Amino acid sequence: MGFPHQPHPKETVVLSQYFGDPDARTYKGWVKRGGYEALRNALATAPAAVVEQVKESGLRGRGGAGFPTGLKWSFMPKAKTRPHYVCVNADESEPGTFKDREIMRWTPHALLEGAAIAAHAIQAEVVVIYIRGEFTEPWAITEKALAEADAAGVFGTIKVYLHRGAGAYICGEETALMNSIEGKRGNPRIKPPFPAVAGLFGMPTTINNVETLAAVPHILNRGAAWYRGLSLSNPQSTGTKLFSVCGHVQRPGNYEVTLGFPLKDLLYDLCGGPLPGRTLKACIPGGSSVPILTREETEACLLDYEGVVASGSMLGSGGVIVFDDSTDMVYQIMRLARFYAHESCAQCTQCREGTAWTTKILERILAGQGKTEDLDLLLDLSENMTGKTICVLSDSCAAPIVSGIKKFRGEFDAYLAGARSPVPVG
Amino acid sequence: MAEGVITLTIDGVPVSVPPGTLVIEAAKQAGVLVPHYCYHPGLEVAGVCRMCLVEIEKAPKLQIACATTVTEGMVVKTQTVQAKDARQGVLEFLLINHPLDCPICDQAGECELQDFVFQEGRAATRYGEFAKRFNPVEDFGPDILYVPNRCILCTRCVRFMEDLAREPVLNVSERGDRAFVGIHPDARLDHPWAGNVVDLCPVGSLLSKDFLHKARAWELDKTPSICTGCSQGCNISLDTREEVVVRVRPRSNLEVNQYFICDHGRMHYPWMNRGDRIEAPLVKHNGELRATDWEEAFDRVVTILRGAAGGGKAVAIVSPGASSEALALVKRLLSGFDWKGAFQVVMGDEAPLPGVPNLALRAERVPNAKGAERLGYTRDYAAALAAAATASVVFVLDDPDCGVQTAGALIYAGTVLPAESTCRNADVVLPIANVAEEEGTFVNRDGREQRYFPAKPAPGMAQPAAWVFGELVAAMGLAEAQR
Repeated sequence: MGFPHQPHPKETVVLSQYFGDPDARTYKGWVKRGGYEALRNALATAPAAVVEQVKESGLRGRGGAGFPTGLKWSFMPKAKTRPHYVCVNADESEPGTFKDREIMRWTPHALLEGAAIAAHAIQAEVVVIYIRGEFTEPWAITEKALAEADAAGVFGTIKVYLHRGAGAYICGEETALMNSIEGKRGNPRIKPPFPAVAGLFGMPTTINNVETLAAVPHILNRGAAWYRGLSLSNPQSTGTKLFSVCGHVQRPGNYEVTLGFPLKDLLYDLCGGPLPGRTLKACIPGGSSVPILTREETEACLLDYEGVVASGSMLGSGGVIVFDDSTDMVYQIMRLARFYAHESCAQCTQCREGTAWTTKILERILAGQGKTEDLDLLLDLSENMTGKTICVLSDSCAAPIVSGIKKFRGEFDAYLAGARSPVPVG
Repeated sequence: MAEGVITLTIDGVPVSVPPGTLVIEAAKQAGVLVPHYCYHPGLEVAGVCRMCLVEIEKAPKLQIACATTVTEGMVVKTQTVQAKDARQGVLEFLLINHPLDCPICDQAGECELQDFVFQEGRAATRYGEFAKRFNPVEDFGPDILYVPNRCILCTRCVRFMEDLAREPVLNVSERGDRAFVGIHPDARLDHPWAGNVVDLCPVGSLLSKDFLHKARAWELDKTPSICTGCSQGCNISLDTREEVVVRVRPRSNLEVNQYFICDHGRMHYPWMNRGDRIEAPLVKHNGELRATDWEEAFDRVVTILRGAAGGGKAVAIVSPGASSEALALVKRLLSGFDWKGAFQVVMGDEAPLPGVPNLALRAERVPNAKGAERLGYTRDYAAALAAAATASVVFVLDDPDCGVQTAGALIYAGTVLPAESTCRNADVVLPIANVAEEEGTFVNRDGREQRYFPAKPAPGMAQPAAWVFGELVAAMGLAEAQR
């Protein structure tokens, strides 16, 4: 749903409390709403105590991997001998995900405050916010907010920079993002070394997602125990999370729920369910890179890190893509594969060649020229593309292919048998 | 466990290596070559070809041997089903857009793609009827062609130009399967060390125009030699086809040139094949040089030396491209004389390879000036030429353009005798082998003595200079003389 919209009663509104409220974008408006209180308190607290609080809260990365945030911060060298950096991943380019965009559009100060708290916690003097190039409006709003906050001097000695991406999906991968900031080609780096050892400009770096950092001021204001208490199923998954729902539902949009919330309720209650006369067919719960769920799996899925894994997929970025019974799954999977083929950085052999080859096979199947052995070939290629490359772009291309063939084999077979009329793919 | 040593097992073979060693290097010590493309010991690690995936016990998934450092007790397996499948997968992906034009490719026979596909690739393609990626051949530089269709994007060339030549004119352009190695639109691949990208390329994508279609790799004989292009003393291989030198390639020596040679050295070979060689000893009869046999030539030299010895003055004008052995024997031959020996050093611009310490095309464009100096030859070339005018005996060793004039006897040992050379006035002309035809020693600028070996036979009756002067030393009864 666009904003302003009234939150659904089942939502737990924390991050999205001021979505739709233009006054919250201004420095004065943000302070009026209790903003920068957490930063002021944090700056008066020892860095290690701040890290401890975030650890205690159970906050986990909202960008996709779900790594515990406090633990990540604690990997930074305690004794500071070199410059430390905070990178903010605002490259939100995962298809189906548009939550960070809303955070930057409506509550840019929440992000700035969270980033400055992170900088204090890991003893960094510089924060670089890497914003997706296509995000013109979030860029302008965040830029204005930063200027106001800078003028008010709330960051103390911490310097915050905005850096604009140029439209590559791969620059959302944390080390590619750092290369991009450094002015290099946005190629992921081999790990180890991990960013906490050698990150931006080779210095110890912590990189966090926008939503992760936006949650930090709330944790500091209301306490780790409060945040920890926000958990509907697994105690390892705490707090609230924004889910970007798109596709075949009546009210697509961003919804904030407590982790552990049933995916079924998100889709049927909050989003109003399928369009009239249609039924749910499938759902990708965590952005395009995660395996596809069938209707049954979707309706049984609990939205937390462990719950989605138990259902056979991953929570990922929280970009929920919904397909109803009118959807041609073969076509959808081809579209995903084509996206990855377009965005592969071309470093690793399996990804560079594999993403393009699998796309061609899927296009061939859609064109009615598929061969009986094509599905086995796709599965075998996907196996060769999984777990063998520098980053997970190749795995991300393979995931929907493998799960798609496994769960919707009938649709593939229909094309192969000539029972479905060919779809022109241009 | 010994101090500073890590012991691990690779395919069941235990090896001990220093800490920090990469698995791929440790494997070499175990006699295991882990197939790879992007890894090169002289370049920064890229880890992109994903060919060197190996199984490491306790690791959750396959690891690349080129970017994994050894740990104590590590157990590496390169031949498990998983590792082999992964490599076969990479080979299959590398081949789908490869033109498979081995029959017309210069690299065939020394191509790592060919080798590893034969070794563990699939027998047939599964790519089917899809069109392969096509990009036209590009002219990258004075001696370099880029054939993008054969490129496997290992980025060795990009990294060489960026990290070692420090002239980053190459990059990977585009993304996904559209990617290719691009060159800056205003730049040429004409760095003095650029030719190394041809050697570094594991496939036939970067080609030398000079060597283009000259020979198939399996027709070549390779002979270890030392570059004569300057005083650096780079270790090279002279590649010959039917007794003609057709290519010069670097031979690795971590102390001298690592894995590289400069373009000047690479192109410093056509003269080794020149046809206008002296093929027989010549002696002067009635003012005219006449071909003869070695015996008569030696007799004439001995007669001249005996006649002039005893307080006479001798001058040796030598080439600093001659072997230390030949130079030492010339010196010994003149031991009864008040002698002076000198050489001329051709100079040029110094051209370093910035990424490698103490490696450059040196300003002194001769290989053995240091060796000559150690034997007492000087750089006082003009003075030696002046002294030659009044000397009773003058020796010229392979320096036909020296312009020497003398009232005494002139003995010339050389490879060629140009029409305008004053050495045509010699009493005796002795045909000698060139560097590609003899065994010898050069001393490089850092004082390193290095051997080179014959790659092809000398023409006609020509013999290595060391043999010629050795025979003369024996004939003069100087074999036991003090050095």
